[in-house]
Amino acid sequence: MARTPIFLEKRGYRRRRMMDAVRLLPFLGLMLWMVPLLWPVPEILPDATPETTEPAIAMSVALRYLFGVWALLILATWALWRRTRDVASGDGADNTDGQH
Amino acid sequence: MVSLNQLVAVCLMYVAGLFIVAFAAERAALRGQGGWLLRSPLIYTLSLSIYCTAWTFYGAVGYAARSGLEYVTIYLGPSLVMIGWWWGLRRLVRIGRSHRVTSIADLISSRYGKSNTLAIVVTIMAVIGVTPYIALQLQSVILSLSIFAAPDVPLAEAGGDVINRGQAALWVAAGLTLFTVLFGTRNLNVNERHHGVVIAIAVEAVVKLLALVAVGVYVIWGLAGGLGETLARIDASDIGQWEVQGSRWAALTVLSGAALLCLPRMFQVMVVENDDERQLQIASWAFPLYLMLMSLFVVPIAVVGLDLMPEGSNPDLFVLSLPLSQGQNGLAMLSFLGGFSSATSMVIVATLALSTMVSNHIVMPIWLALRRDGATQSGDVRNIVILARRLSIFCVVGLGYLYYRASGGSGALAAIGTISFGGVAQFLPAMLGGVLWRGATRAGALCGLGTGFALWVFTMLLPSFGADVALSSATLERGLWGLAWLRPEALFGIAGIDPTVHAVVWSLALNTLVFVVVSLFSFPAPLERLQGAQFVNVFDHSGPARGWTASVAGSEDLMIMAQRILGAREAQAFFAREAERQGQGQRLPEPTPRFVQALERELAASVGAATAHAMVAQIVGGASVSVQDLLAVADESAQMLEYSSQLETKSRELTETAAQLRAANEKLTQLSLQKDSFLSQISHELRTPMTSIRSFSEILRDAPGLSDADKNRYATIIHSETIRLTRLLDDLLDLSVLEHGQVTLNQREGNLRDLLDLAVTTAQAGAARPLDVLRDPEAEDITLTSDIDRLVQVFINLVTNARKYCAAETPQLVISPQVTARGLVIDFVDNGHGIDAGSEALIFEKFSRITGEGDGAGLGLAICREIMHRLGGEISFLSDVPGTAFRVQLPAAALSSPE
Repeated sequence: MARTPIFLEKRGYRRRRMMDAVRLLPFLGLMLWMVPLLWPVPEILPDATPETTEPAIAMSVALRYLFGVWALLILATWALWRRTRDVASGDGADNTDGQH
Repeated sequence: MVSLNQLVAVCLMYVAGLFIVAFAAERAALRGQGGWLLRSPLIYTLSLSIYCTAWTFYGAVGYAARSGLEYVTIYLGPSLVMIGWWWGLRRLVRIGRSHRVTSIADLISSRYGKSNTLAIVVTIMAVIGVTPYIALQLQSVILSLSIFAAPDVPLAEAGGDVINRGQAALWVAAGLTLFTVLFGTRNLNVNERHHGVVIAIAVEAVVKLLALVAVGVYVIWGLAGGLGETLARIDASDIGQWEVQGSRWAALTVLSGAALLCLPRMFQVMVVENDDERQLQIASWAFPLYLMLMSLFVVPIAVVGLDLMPEGSNPDLFVLSLPLSQGQNGLAMLSFLGGFSSATSMVIVATLALSTMVSNHIVMPIWLALRRDGATQSGDVRNIVILARRLSIFCVVGLGYLYYRASGGSGALAAIGTISFGGVAQFLPAMLGGVLWRGATRAGALCGLGTGFALWVFTMLLPSFGADVALSSATLERGLWGLAWLRPEALFGIAGIDPTVHAVVWSLALNTLVFVVVSLFSFPAPLERLQGAQFVNVFDHSGPARGWTASVAGSEDLMIMAQRILGAREAQAFFAREAERQGQGQRLPEPTPRFVQALERELAASVGAATAHAMVAQIVGGASVSVQDLLAVADESAQMLEYSSQLETKSRELTETAAQLRAANEKLTQLSLQKDSFLSQISHELRTPMTSIRSFSEILRDAPGLSDADKNRYATIIHSETIRLTRLLDDLLDLSVLEHGQVTLNQREGNLRDLLDLAVTTAQAGAARPLDVLRDPEAEDITLTSDIDRLVQVFINLVTNARKYCAAETPQLVISPQVTARGLVIDFVDNGHGIDAGSEALIFEKFSRITGEGDGAGLGLAICREIMHRLGGEISFLSDVPGTAFRVQLPAAALSSPE
């Protein structure tokens, strides 16, 4: 029986870490997109005086942030796809041991 | 100004174009051409874009105009689900392919033991959840038409008197039904993909994206005066501040992500129409990109629309009315086509998906139940399936139309969309739980779905109609039956939550809770457990999708299936019995209703009634789940086990054989080395005497004046060398005979003392320096049965060696025989200096002589060893005794007298 080596060659190792990145990326996206939950909302503070209230986030800032994250995630997914497309297709990704 | 007639003409031309494209795609697929395009990831991604319906195209702008950036959550959730394709979608797609899943209802029912109850429940829920959505699409098309008909009239008054909305909706619905029937029910097997529909949807996806982007670019650079200007205008507008409630933000993101997985139409394009996982991988970035582009221009359009359009304009139609009000008729036309595309593509796919579910899980079981006797003619059944599917399409579109007429086309688009999402999201716990958790059971899924759906109806659907329509205002105020904790918008007395968040959180949370708890405490049926294992471990043992076309299956298929389920002998006996009863003799029985029913009963005893029914129905009626899959369920695990044990055995055998081969090879190498050294030694041994014989004979021949004494001396030397040579050759011959086992042993009886006497006398004869041999005559009185002559030869050799090589002043040899349980042991020990430790291993080898001593050929001990071997005993060197000691052992058999 062929024994799986304990350590992979560098290419196989790198490819596995890329698959890890593919798996973790949605969680990064979720975190970044849930940041708006922390932004101040005017209605919540009806009694606050204008001086003490944090200024609400301007729409343009919110737009730039949300779409910036969006573009970033798409770019990252695209880059990861470029590097992992041979691995991840089919069922081999979990079991690829990087030997060629 | 575009006239309504012009618009209708353009619209009809566009639809005709779609028909042509769809038709060409169908033809190409039939001829096997254009596969690269039909299966390309681009088409797949574009077909996913039916997520963006008219709700997106028109509604997103209205949504943004009302509640700011909240609209974007509807696209964030799906983007995250696509980016996280590795976790959920990849699994769903693989399961969909390997189990030939035809719809989300089929997936859920198949996972929970192919339960038809569950399939019916899911189908009904899906129809209820999606019908408002279809109505919404009809409404958006009619609204956009009426805007063209009377652009200047405020929406509240528009429409009714200009065009007949009811009639227009009817025409649109009829057109969509026709398209879906033409291209969606051409072939029976859902897995055979609807190429025409998919291509048409892809074209529509491009049109709607182009339209929205064109309007957006026009608004930013044509109306607002550039990007910076637009951003400034946005900040200055009514929606210029971040004011989204956190709870809604999170809840809507989750809801839309769940809807992407659970919407029947998304399941259709994402899982059922998928034929390569690579497509999914590319869609993981391409689909979020599409969604981003679709939502990028929404806020600018909303803000500019709020600025420019008169008070009271419907913000849902800004995409259309904004270019129209600026006199951009071409752009408005494009925008109209975009909205039209969004609506039609959604209706077509949603109808297709729902009609598959309705016909497979509701109409067909009922039809089969009603016509139990006539259900065996397979061609008949296939026509029935197609008819059922077409009827279902009519019903679904009809329901949407009725809902539209009943609701009067009221309500903001976004609200209806969210309600629909909430309904289908109830599938999520049962679906994901079933795919990821083997412990999920049918009872759990049923209870969870029921709970979630009931809560959704009570907290989301019914209140949406307004007070006193579906729920009385008393119920809304004080709760169901006057129970305060049953208020639709404040369950369990927790008030003050946003109604949407309230409904989503309660329904999904309780759905999941009930699903998990009931699953934990119920026990699944065997088939359920089998299916569960197959679904959860889909990556461990699922082959490629198996081909089962909806062709007529005959008795052979039934026979194969029955053999797998019942066992070969039983099945054959059963079939033979049936054939005899039918008068078919040795042939297979005809699949008559009676026979099939009997077979089904027989199968039911093994695998349960529902499954047996499903199996037989698959073969006889040709429906969605393939027989091969069912067979695979029956024997896949058995095959796996057998295969792996075979592999283990083979590998063990291989290891053993390899070891044997290695050993044999080593032995051969050693033998070859031995042969080489033997040859070189023997030639050396022969050469030495030959050289002296030749030299002295030459002297005798060539030197004339030799004295007689010299002649005599030389002749003596030649003679002695010849004798030595002869002895060497004798020894060699002896050894060769012994080694090749050609010796015949001459078994005789003799006394050990006599043998030793003979040996000592022979060895001492003519010796210059006598050896003192110490013996024990008492102990030597032993009668032996062996080859006496050979044994004496061994003794002579040992005594001669001691005499020759013992270096002591007064050489002594002690011979001590001893009878043991294993036989006779005779030790020959002298008082010499022994043998070096390094040489011990070599002394029994041929031509091994301790360097510089003696004149023997070095064959004596080798011959001794061979003789002892032949006699069944052995000779060994004793290293732990002072002096040189040899031990001769004879087997116990040598001590007994011959019979």
